[in-house]
Amino acid sequence: MEGLRYIEGVATLRLDEAACVGCRMCETVCPHGVFAVERGKARILDKEVCMECGACAKNCPSDALSVNPGVGCASYVIRSWIGGSKSFCTC
Amino acid sequence: MRWGIGRHRYRLEPGLYAAGTPGSASPVLVTANYKMTFDALRGELGGLDAWILVLETDGINVWCAAGKGTFGTEEVVRRVKTTRLAAVVNHGRLILPQLGATGVAAHRVREECGFSVVYGPVRARDIRRFLDQGMEATPEMRRVSFPLFERLALTPVELVGFLKPSAWAFLVLFLLAGVGPQVFSPSAAWHRGLWASGVWLAGILGGAVVTPVLLPWLPGRAFSGKGGLVGGFFAACTVAVWWGGLGVLPGLALLLGLPAISSFAAMNYTGATPFTSPSGVESEMRRAIPLQAAAAALAGVLWIGSAFTG
Repeated sequence: MEGLRYIEGVATLRLDEAACVGCRMCETVCPHGVFAVERGKARILDKEVCMECGACAKNCPSDALSVNPGVGCASYVIRSWIGGSKSFCTC
Repeated sequence: MRWGIGRHRYRLEPGLYAAGTPGSASPVLVTANYKMTFDALRGELGGLDAWILVLETDGINVWCAAGKGTFGTEEVVRRVKTTRLAAVVNHGRLILPQLGATGVAAHRVREECGFSVVYGPVRARDIRRFLDQGMEATPEMRRVSFPLFERLALTPVELVGFLKPSAWAFLVLFLLAGVGPQVFSPSAAWHRGLWASGVWLAGILGGAVVTPVLLPWLPGRAFSGKGGLVGGFFAACTVAVWWGGLGVLPGLALLLGLPAISSFAAMNYTGATPFTSPSGVESEMRRAIPLQAAAAALAGVLWIGSAFTG
């Protein structure tokens, strides 16, 4: 991503390797190449580039992935502080 | 259009569209009913025969609509059923843009309407190559990028977003500018207000245009920090050039106020980028907002105070 990386150590992405069925869906949908599937199991290559879009968890058929999904947008965060509604974005 | 004006006219009727003369074996490409998205996809198909299944996303692009859930599992299933797609094609396959995956669960689409979901490339411009390669995407087709042109293309809509706050800011700044030893001076309100409004505008431009353009080269990770640096640079240049005419208190106010505004505007740009996580934005905001507020408040006190000491 042309050297564009964001704040580290905060992403909520979790992988439960035992539950993984190795379907490769996470590898396909992740727009930042966070995952690689090797020997039938997904592995997190670089958690710090995760932008918590939620595509992997949404498409994981065995619920092996979890992430607190949302939009990385300041006005979205402000709105979630005020209203608590987590599904609203103006983009 | 890039300025976000008349955006609501840019939606088209959801349903099944034909590109070229598709038959029962032709691919089905699923997209949003935002006209810019649809036209981009259709343009990339060239002479290819394909079906385009347009979802109701309220005229919003795939990525944002998927985030909201309107480009989602339920809408895919509903549209497959209302268009009787199973009677139109014989392969039972949908090709979705990869960035739609945030809203769509492929396995659930299959359970609920029998169609299997294949995620295509991130960008419409790769769709031909993807289809030609037998629906195989290269890793490069699967990654988002954020080159200079795209960073710049998203700044107008940021600026428009600051129109209303700016109108309020100008009102407040012009009113505060008049405050002085004579309680309120209309001439000071005009001159000092003009100056303060210029600082505000410089801050917005620094945070919402200059910072996005220089994004990869500005040090640090936090957008607020990058924006603060740009604002600080603007302020330092102004002070260096005009120190004599500026005075100590307005000079200090400028050095604090401009970075604060620029920092805030830059932080707002996180929403336009495809790599900032909500946890990251929240963590940077918790740290940055108190600093921005303190700097802005102190700048205000110094600036108003300077009217009494001048």
